[in-house]
Amino acid sequence: MTFQRQPDFGTRASREGAQVTLTIDGRDVTVPAGTTVMRAAAEQGADIPRLCATDSLEGFGSCRLCLVAIDGRKGTPASCTTPVEPDMIVRTQTPHLAKLRKGVMELYISDHPLDCLTCAANGDCELQDQAGAVGLRDVRYSSDATHLGQAKDHSNPYFDFDPSKCIVCSRCVRACDEVQGTLALTIEGRGFGSKVSAGLTSDNFLGSECVSCGACVQACPTATLIEKKVVEIGTPERAVVTTCAYCGVGCTFRAEMRGEQVVRMVPWKDGKANRGHSCVKGRFAWGYAQHQERILKPMIRASIDQPWREVEWDEAFAYAASELNRINAKYGKHALGGITSSRCTNEETFLVQKLVRAGFGNNNVDTCARVCHSPTGYGLKTTFGTSAGTQDFDSVEDSDVMLVIGANPTDGHPVFASRMKKRLRAGAKLIVIDPRRIDMVRTPHIEADYHLPLRPGTNVAVLTAMAHVIVTEGLADETFIRERCDWDEYSHWAEFVSQSRNSPETLAPVTQVPASDLRAAARLYATGGNGAIYYGLGVTEHSQGSSTVMAIANLAMATGNIGRRGVGVNPLRGQNNVQGACDMGSFPHELSGYRHISDGETRRLFEADWGVPIDPEPGLRIPNMLDAAVDGVFKAIYIQGEDILQSDPDTKHVSAGLAAMECVIVHDLFLNETANYAHIFLPGSTFLEKNGTFTNAERRIQPVRKVMTPLNGLEDWEVTQRLAQAMGLDWSYTHPSEIMDEVARLTPTFAGVSFDRLDAEGSLQWPVNAANPDGSPIMHIDGFVRGKGKFVVTDYVPTDEKTGPRFPLLLTTGRILSHYNVGAQTRRTENVVWHPEDLLEIHPIDAEDRGLKSGDWVKLASRSGETTLRATVTDRVAPGVVYTTFHHPATQANVVTTEYSDWATNCPEYKVTAVQISASNGPTDWQEDYEALSERSRRIEAVSAE
Amino acid sequence: MNSTEKLVMMANQIAANLAHDDDPAKATAEHIHLFWDPRMKAMIDAHGEAGLSPIAASALTKLDQPG
Repeated sequence: MTFQRQPDFGTRASREGAQVTLTIDGRDVTVPAGTTVMRAAAEQGADIPRLCATDSLEGFGSCRLCLVAIDGRKGTPASCTTPVEPDMIVRTQTPHLAKLRKGVMELYISDHPLDCLTCAANGDCELQDQAGAVGLRDVRYSSDATHLGQAKDHSNPYFDFDPSKCIVCSRCVRACDEVQGTLALTIEGRGFGSKVSAGLTSDNFLGSECVSCGACVQACPTATLIEKKVVEIGTPERAVVTTCAYCGVGCTFRAEMRGEQVVRMVPWKDGKANRGHSCVKGRFAWGYAQHQERILKPMIRASIDQPWREVEWDEAFAYAASELNRINAKYGKHALGGITSSRCTNEETFLVQKLVRAGFGNNNVDTCARVCHSPTGYGLKTTFGTSAGTQDFDSVEDSDVMLVIGANPTDGHPVFASRMKKRLRAGAKLIVIDPRRIDMVRTPHIEADYHLPLRPGTNVAVLTAMAHVIVTEGLADETFIRERCDWDEYSHWAEFVSQSRNSPETLAPVTQVPASDLRAAARLYATGGNGAIYYGLGVTEHSQGSSTVMAIANLAMATGNIGRRGVGVNPLRGQNNVQGACDMGSFPHELSGYRHISDGETRRLFEADWGVPIDPEPGLRIPNMLDAAVDGVFKAIYIQGEDILQSDPDTKHVSAGLAAMECVIVHDLFLNETANYAHIFLPGSTFLEKNGTFTNAERRIQPVRKVMTPLNGLEDWEVTQRLAQAMGLDWSYTHPSEIMDEVARLTPTFAGVSFDRLDAEGSLQWPVNAANPDGSPIMHIDGFVRGKGKFVVTDYVPTDEKTGPRFPLLLTTGRILSHYNVGAQTRRTENVVWHPEDLLEIHPIDAEDRGLKSGDWVKLASRSGETTLRATVTDRVAPGVVYTTFHHPATQANVVTTEYSDWATNCPEYKVTAVQISASNGPTDWQEDYEALSERSRRIEAVSAE
Repeated sequence: MNSTEKLVMMANQIAANLAHDDDPAKATAEHIHLFWDPRMKAMIDAHGEAGLSPIAASALTKLDQPG
């Protein structure tokens, strides 16, 4: 694909159904009612000159360049704000219009630096294009009073702001308002003094409320806001559409390239997950792909106290295979296992689980979803019949009430958060259930109708109390329940939730949520129109994570909020391919498509295709693998793209498990923390260097396309295949499309998926099969996958993790906007400017009790371990609750988290740890010891010059 | 907490959360059957009823006869 900007139709497409026919420049045009004259003209190929209009924003009518003549109408209306009407006759080009436009453009150019040849946007500048389009040949005005020569703002690490080039079209301000919803930018001053400002006059971009989503840069028609990479490299010469490798929103981007160098990542307007928007991670934080710390050669060592030795691929595979075969022979096949990655493609994930099942001969395969959304898999499969969010992202446009529980969308899923905020600004209601006052509770032009700041660990109690209100006040949708759910199970559940012990008043001392607020929130959800529930890891990472998911499903079924647009149960997936990794059979009890390993018919399908027997017994989950390792019976592991030492709970136990193994193979981009305990390191490839697919939180399967040659020489699926071949497996894939063909062959919900279809259609939402040939944006429309929806009694069972005199506070953990998971990628980008270290949030009362102030070093201690970090005093958290992130290995927040986990899935209870906070004057012994170990373990043997 | 102690805790957790099932012991046994690997099942079996709740202890007797 050679470089072209994406077509811009000037204003948004109309969603109205009625059609209107008019005449533009002598041609009949039929478009939906509500379409602007500008867009109608653009759709038939007539580009009306414009500057303040772009199709990601509402029409504004300020630049006066898009004027048209309309028969029977006075003057020259702006085409960007004039809707089409039946039989309207429009002319876009007349001598009078040409003169007007040239005059307007002459004024713009009279106050613009004429440095086009050396401007970074030369050839990619709408002002330049439009000056040509209107035929401007000279400028008659003097340049005595101009805005030229103003200081540039270079403060943002990713883009520059040059006010001298600004034409005050307000596109950046409107993008920040309408698309991102942060409202960080404004037009300061009036008339000739008008200028774009990031908040207060004293603010620069970095110091402002700007979240660096890039919407303003994308909207800017000049070089006023421009990516530093374009300034540094030059304009791109080709573009490839691919999918972001950060969160579960799954934004699609045009990787705009010059040679094999990425110039910039521009959100793809046709992307159905992101609709042309982006966040600071996907838009800008891809520099890690070329970071100097990337490991590009395989390395091996006999023991972890030795330095690494670089080897060629053949030697690495031969050594890995010999070690795995040795351990198999010595300890038996159940001593081996593997972990698939939610950061890798579906095809890569499928191969890793296939290697374990067909090569190692057991089901000891698990994935990082174990520590995030495994309860979603259990809960939604039990209640609805499949582990799937029920809606597409577009559905939120029809939501009347959003219930956000245990999720922090503005930080974790920022692009979808912008969609949510847009709907909220348009009048939808919001209920937030979270111990912490997340940004969505109160942000510009948005205020939650109810924030229920529950005590960590009481999700089930809160949701059951909401169910109590709905049932006892007669708010349940009996028609829906009788038609779609098992009535007997509903009756049993309704009897349970109606008990007085489940009333908001009875449970208030436990949940710490005022009963009146809880009752009002329940009534709003049940009666406020289309109610949609969005949830995250604040639901799943608890001892009752699976129960909470089922309690959410119960609420949705009880109120009939399932099976149409605007409603549903929507897990916001953490990593880019959590959904896909689970779909691909990464769990030890399931084959792809969520079919239990004990199902003989499914096993026989795989056995016939793979030519090997499949073990009918479930394998070990990640925490079980580590326990077995400590017990001395689990000896070898192949870990693709996951850093369990940093991401998994109870770090000391994880390190003990890894240290007890004889062969740890880490396949990753960097020497991550887990690699400190590894014997073989296989260098990985970034999402820019491979082909495959990711599946996002709305079950949308999207292409990942190679835009550059892998720096390590191999795509990740090739690495797994070479390892399998070295172990004697007869694999011969030549392209990942063949792996997807195998997935489709073996997985009913993927039956209609192929690379050809994905390339043609952009994306597909599973199930894609004979019953749903074009995919399934909304699930359970006519019935649940399991038949009748199942109500499950979810009794509140308090966690065993208790506060007490030694550990009187509750720690809950989470993530922030600028970093992703363990930070392995984002810490190696300029994003560190926003979050250079993990901080501990503590309430002023608790800080006062301990004599702490913001910026102080504090010791964070639990029964598992202790670490130190700086405190930030804030009333975002309630008294008795502290919060931190886990993005930095120097902190290792998981030294403190415990072995407690969800009852059904072993998903760790990250969100509830009893801790104590005290002043500190230095790192803990663990931190010092770990730093020394890490330094020792990362040594690489010098290569001889001979 | 060693591996056996963890398994006891896990079995009790499962039993507590399935206490409202029509047959909690059977549901607990089924859950363990579907999600635990053979070594974990063998370990809890070998450990016996010590420390197990009544439902979990009853489930233990049904582990060999799932379904």
